[in-house]
Amino acid sequence: MADQEQFSDLAMEYMSALYTAALRMTRNPSDAEDLVQETYLKAYRAFGSFETGTNLKAWLYRILTNTYINTYRAKKRRPEIADVEDVEDLYLYHHLAGDPSAGLGRSAEDEALDRFTDTDVKAAIESLPDSFRIAVLLADVEGFSYKEIAEITDVPIGTVMSRIHRGRKSLQKALVDVGRARGLVGASDKAR
Amino acid sequence: MAPDGDGVVGAADGPPEPPAGFVGCDETIEKLYFYLDGELTEQRRIEISRHLDLCGPCVGAYGFEAELRKLVASRCHDRVPDALRARVAEALREEHTASAD
Repeated sequence: MADQEQFSDLAMEYMSALYTAALRMTRNPSDAEDLVQETYLKAYRAFGSFETGTNLKAWLYRILTNTYINTYRAKKRRPEIADVEDVEDLYLYHHLAGDPSAGLGRSAEDEALDRFTDTDVKAAIESLPDSFRIAVLLADVEGFSYKEIAEITDVPIGTVMSRIHRGRKSLQKALVDVGRARGLVGASDKAR
Repeated sequence: MAPDGDGVVGAADGPPEPPAGFVGCDETIEKLYFYLDGELTEQRRIEISRHLDLCGPCVGAYGFEAELRKLVASRCHDRVPDALRARVAEALREEHTASAD
């Protein structure tokens, strides 16, 4: 049993991480703020059922994710997973390697990566369908394990793996598209 | 996607793993995300690691995917507006007062 008095001391430090996730999920600062506030209120009310010593950050993400899915997702038509084509392994790597402006040398692709800005990366993540976006956010931005993500999103671990891996590949495709629009990636398909 | 367990932690139980052997480029690339995520069994991790020690193209791909992971994590943060912090603190205070009544 957790004590509501302790809630603010323990939970407030996660606001920055929760707000970042909320922004990527809702793609809208006003909805993101409402989502974060709603998450904190629900967490406060339910804090009695939180088991002290378990993962508070994961528990807060679970409330955030469920609230987003139940409330905000219904508001807009999103691309569905079924609409997303499969992307081959190492898609971005091969596309950056095919870019003559990346120069020579083994770390040329790594250097090309550095040219992607915050705005590019955020736009690419926000273009993914919900379940891919949430899986990639939890795994690669927040660093949760497959098992923790399975608990947060309430899906079997095999589904989590599949969403993370397919989501990452879709993200690479989205980064290539963003990169092309900005001239960071060559326009023609030279990969392979 | 490792349907039969296949050295992946948390995957469905497959047959017992054979002793650590050699893996090729295809399997290394296929398992790269699991390797980076620390979600392989120890034996499979050692196999992939050995392959990476010896294979230039695969270690190049591995290094790139690791860099990309860092990029996604570091380019994706936003500052919380002060107004939101104040709003949440106020909402929790109100909730506390209401529940104390």
